[in-house]
Amino acid sequence: MHRSPMAPTPPAPVPAPSLVDTLFQRSLGDLVKFLRADPSAAGESTAVARALSEIHREIRAPDAATKATALQKLTYLSSLHFAPVASHPLAFPAIELIASPFLPHKRLAYLAASLSLHPASLSLLPLATHQLHKDLSPSTSAAASHNVSALALQLLASPAAAAAPDLAAHLAHDLLPHLSRGSPRAIAAAARVIAASPSAAVPILFKPLAACLASPDPRASTAAAAAFCELSAPPADAAPFLPLAPDLYNLLTTSRSNWALIKVLKVFGRLAPLESRLAARIVDPVCQLLARSAAMSLTFECIRTVLTALPAHDTAVCLAIGKAKEFLTAEDDPNLRYLGLLALGMLGPTYVSTVHECRDVIAQSLGDADSNIRREALHLMMGMIDRNNIMDIAGMLVSHAAKSDPEFANDILGAVLAACGHNVYELVSDFDWYVSLLTDMARSLHCAQGDEIGRQLVDVGLRVQDARPELVHSSRTLLIDPALLANHLLCPVLSAAAWVSGEYVNFTKDPVELVEALLQPRTSLLPMSVRAVYIQAVFKVITFCCNSYVERLSDSSKEVAVGLNGLSIDETVSEGRKAPLVSGDEQITVPSMMEKDPFSEKSIIHMIDLIETTVGPLFECNEVEVLERARNLIGFVHLIREVQELKESKVDDDEKHSWVKELVKNMQTVFSQEIGPVSLNAQEKVSLPVDIVLNETLAELDDIVSEDDTTPSSSILFYPRSHGSIENRNEPALSLGSSSLLSEHRKRHGLYYLPTGKTEDEPVDYPHANDPLLPASNESSLDDKSNTAQPVTGGKKLKAVKSRPKVVKLDGEDFLSSMVPSANVPKEDSLSGAVRGVLLDRDLKPSSSQKASDKAYEGIVNKMETGGSSSQWKNNVDAELVGHPTSSSRPSIQPSHEKESTNPLESDGKEVKEPKRHRRSSRGGHHQGKHKHRERHSTQPDVPQAPIIQDFLL
Amino acid sequence: MGIRFVLFVNKQGQTRLAQYYEHVSIDERRALEGEIVRKCLAPSYSLPLLGSENPGFSSGRYLCSFVEHRNYKVVYRRYASLFFLVGVDNDENELAILEFIHLFVETMDHHFGNVCELDIMFHLEKVHFMLEEMVMNGCIVETSDVEVVEK
Repeated sequence: MHRSPMAPTPPAPVPAPSLVDTLFQRSLGDLVKFLRADPSAAGESTAVARALSEIHREIRAPDAATKATALQKLTYLSSLHFAPVASHPLAFPAIELIASPFLPHKRLAYLAASLSLHPASLSLLPLATHQLHKDLSPSTSAAASHNVSALALQLLASPAAAAAPDLAAHLAHDLLPHLSRGSPRAIAAAARVIAASPSAAVPILFKPLAACLASPDPRASTAAAAAFCELSAPPADAAPFLPLAPDLYNLLTTSRSNWALIKVLKVFGRLAPLESRLAARIVDPVCQLLARSAAMSLTFECIRTVLTALPAHDTAVCLAIGKAKEFLTAEDDPNLRYLGLLALGMLGPTYVSTVHECRDVIAQSLGDADSNIRREALHLMMGMIDRNNIMDIAGMLVSHAAKSDPEFANDILGAVLAACGHNVYELVSDFDWYVSLLTDMARSLHCAQGDEIGRQLVDVGLRVQDARPELVHSSRTLLIDPALLANHLLCPVLSAAAWVSGEYVNFTKDPVELVEALLQPRTSLLPMSVRAVYIQAVFKVITFCCNSYVERLSDSSKEVAVGLNGLSIDETVSEGRKAPLVSGDEQITVPSMMEKDPFSEKSIIHMIDLIETTVGPLFECNEVEVLERARNLIGFVHLIREVQELKESKVDDDEKHSWVKELVKNMQTVFSQEIGPVSLNAQEKVSLPVDIVLNETLAELDDIVSEDDTTPSSSILFYPRSHGSIENRNEPALSLGSSSLLSEHRKRHGLYYLPTGKTEDEPVDYPHANDPLLPASNESSLDDKSNTAQPVTGGKKLKAVKSRPKVVKLDGEDFLSSMVPSANVPKEDSLSGAVRGVLLDRDLKPSSSQKASDKAYEGIVNKMETGGSSSQWKNNVDAELVGHPTSSSRPSIQPSHEKESTNPLESDGKEVKEPKRHRRSSRGGHHQGKHKHRERHSTQPDVPQAPIIQDFLL
Repeated sequence: MGIRFVLFVNKQGQTRLAQYYEHVSIDERRALEGEIVRKCLAPSYSLPLLGSENPGFSSGRYLCSFVEHRNYKVVYRRYASLFFLVGVDNDENELAILEFIHLFVETMDHHFGNVCELDIMFHLEKVHFMLEEMVMNGCIVETSDVEVVEK
C-alpha cells in the first residue's frame, strides 16, 4: 500500500501524514473505533473531518485495494450522514471499481453506487452503463456471473435507476435473459425500469414480466405479484392491468405464500372496481382465505380488499366485519385493535349501522394508551355523527376531552368544532345546546381552540337569531369568571363573549353585573385588542341602559323631575363611595342593592362611576384602539353627567331633559343596527360608482392586447360561448373596436379579471358588503337574500322536538364548497398509457376476458372516431375525458367545445368558463343556483372514469 | 413502491443504518429521521419494562407499532436497544412489514449469532447486503440460509 505521488494536499487542516498513515491504511473497523473514541459532537466532527481527508487521499490511489477500503469507509460515513454524498464524489470511484474483476470490490462498488447515485451525479451514468451491460450479459462461469449479475440487477432496482431513465432504457434488453430465468431480482429491477421509463421499457419488458406471474417458481411469481402491485399503485391507472386478471386469479387460488397473496389481493383491490365480473369471481377465494388463514397480515389484507373493493357482496362483507370485530376486541395486541378500527373506517355508508354497533368499543378506544388508536377512534366517532346523535356524541367527546392529555384533548375539540361548524352548522338543530357546548369547550382544561370557539360564538350570534338569548347567557358565565382572564388561550373566546354581550345586550338579565364583569380589575391581564372589545361592549351596555331609563321616564312624564332629582342626589352619595370602588371590592358590596332594577337611576349612576374609575386610567394607555374607545366611552359618560350637573343648578328641566333623551336615543340608534354575516362574495357585490369608467385607462393597453389576440380575435368561434344573452346585450354598448377586443380578451382570460356586473342592466339586488339584515323590519327580504340551511337527512325522522331555528346562510358559502372538488382532477400517466399500448397489441393465448376487453378498447377508439365530428375532437378526447370531467355532464355547451378545440389556448378558455358560469347562475336565482352546484358537486368525481369502465364491460 | 426506507435507530436516537428506496436529499433525510425518531421513540421511553427486554420483545405490547407520518406509515419494532423502523406506503400491509422486520432480525441473528448494535456498526455493509438480498422494491428473499451462503 503506497501513497500516490500524484495525490494533492488535502484541503482540510490535517497534520502532515505520518509514516503510519501512509504505510498502514486504516480499515473500516479502525474508523468505527476511531469515531467512537470521542462520542462528543465536537470530537466526532473532527474525527469525521480527519477521516474524510484521509479517504480523499486514499481514494485516488491507483491500487484497487486501497481504493476499495477508502470507498468502503466513505460509504459508511455517507450512509450515516456524517458526510454529505454530494460534496464527496462517491460515484466516480465507485464506477471505477465496478469494473474490478475481484468480487468483494465489485460488491462494495455496487453498494456505494446504489447508495450514492442521485440526480446530481447523473453525468457519470454513461460510464456505468457499459459496465452494467457487461455484468448483465451471461458469461461462461455460471456461479460467478450469477453473483455479478445479481449485483448489477441490484443497482438497477435501486433509486439510482429511477433517477436515470436513460440507463434503464439502455439496459432493458439485458434484463430479458434474467427475466426468463425467473430471477426475483430481475423482476424487481424490471419493475423499477418500467416505472422509470415506461415508453422505452414497456414494449420490451412487460410481456416477459407478465409471463413470470405464471411461473412455477414461487419466488418468481411472488416477485412478479409484488412488481405488478407496485406498478398498479394509485398514481397509475390500474385499468391496463385488467388482462392480467386470469394469471393473478391463478396465483390467488394456488399460491401458498402469504406475501404473494397480499400483493395479489392488493392488485385485485384496484382492479375489482373496474370490472364487476371480476369482483364476483374473486369473492369466493377471498372469503376462503379470510375464513381459514391463520396469518393476521393476510386476514387483514382480505378484510381490506373486501371492504374497499367488494362492498356489494354482502356475505363477504359480513365475514370481513366479523373478523374486524375480532381484531377490535384483541385485548393484548394494540396493533390488531388499531387495524380493527382502521377496517371499520373503510366501511361504506351502507354499513353505517355496523359502525354504530361498535360505538361502545370505539368510545372505549378513545381512552386507549396509544395515540394512534385514540386518533383512529376519534376519526370513526366523527364519521358517525349525524343530525340525530350529534348531541350525544359531541357531548360525550367534550367530556372525554377533559380526561385526555392536552394534545388529544385539542384534537377532540378541534374535530367537534369542525364537525358542528361544517357547512354553516348544518348538523346542529338545537343551538341553545350548541352554544352551551361551546362554552363548555372553552372551559375545558387544555383548550387551545380559543380562536375557533370565539369565531363560532360570534358567527352563531350573527346567523341564528334564536340562539342569542342563550348566547348572552353563556357569555355571562364566561365573563364573570375571573379565573378565565389569566388564561391567554381563552382570550379570543372572552373577546367573542364580550362582543356578543355588548351587541345583544337587550337579552341580558342584569346589565349592571355585566358592566362589572367587563370592568373587573383582572381585565388588565387581557391583551389590548381584547380590552378594546371589552370597552366597546361597556359602551353598548351603558347606552342601552340609559336608553331604557329614558324611555321609562318618558312613559310616565310626571316622574321625570323626581327621577332626575334623584339622579343628582344619588350622585353625591356615590361620590363618597369612590374610594372603596378603586380598591376593587365593588363586585361584592354593590350588586346586592342593584339587583332589583338595572335601569333605575341608582344602577346607572353606579355604572357610570365604575366606568369613570376603571376606564379613566386608560387615558394613559399607549394602544390606540383602547385609548380611542376609552375616550369615546368617557366622553359619553361625561355628557350624561353634565346633564345631571345642570339639573342640580335647576335650569330649565324640560329642555335639558329632552336634550339628554335625544342624546341617548341617538346613541342607541347608532348601536341598534343589526350586523349580519358577510358573504365571501361581498366584494364583487359592491356596486361601482356611476362615474367611474374602467375602460378608459385600459384602452391604453390596446396595443398589447391586440398583439396578443391577433388570431383569435379575427375568428368568430369565440362568440357563441356559454354566456347568455345578458353579456351579448352589452356588446353593442362597447361598440369601439378596442372595447370588443378587450371584451374578447376578458372572455379568454376572465380568470384574471374582476367579474363583470356593473354594466349589466339587471338591478343589483344583493345586499352590500355589510348590509344590515334587519330581520324585524323586513323579514321577507331576509328570506329572499339568504338561504336557510335545509335538513340534509331526508327520510329519517328527526328526534329533535324543537324545530331547527333559521340559520342565515349566504350563497357565498355554497360557492366555495362547490368549487373545491374540481381541484382534484385525475391525471393520465405515461406508464399506464404505455402499458395499455402493449396490452392491446398483445396476442396471448385465447382468454375470453382479455379479448373482450381488447375489443372493448378498440370499441372506444372507434366510437371516438365516429362520434366526434371533427378530427381535432378526437385528438383532444383524452384531455376531455380526464382533464375536464365537468364538460361531459353539461351537454349544452358541447358544440362550443368542438369549435374551441382549434384554439391553441383551449385549456385557458375552459378554466375561465367554470367560474363565469357559476357566477351567472347565482345571479339568475339563488335557490336554483345552489341546487345546481350541489348536483354538479356530487356527480363530478364519477364522471372521468365512467366512459372507460363502461366500455370494458361491453 | 411498498417500502420507502429502512432505518435502524438506537435508543439515543442515533441512526445506525439508513437505506432509502427513493431519492431523498441529505437534508431531508436528517429532518425526516429526526421527526420519526421523536415520534416513535418518545412514547416508549416511558415503558415500565425498560432494560428487561429480550430479543423479540416489541414495544407493541403497550403501544401500537404503526405511526402515521406525513403521507406514509412508519412500522417500527424494538429489539433490545435498537429500533427498526420501516417507512411504507399507506396501503401497505402493516402486519406483513412487522413480520418482515422480525425475519430480518432473525436473519442477522443467524449470521452474527446473537446480533447486537455493535455487530451492525462494525459490519454495516454486511447488513446492507443482507437487506439488499431481502428487499428489492418490496420483499423477496426469505430464507436466511441463502444470505449466509452468499457472504
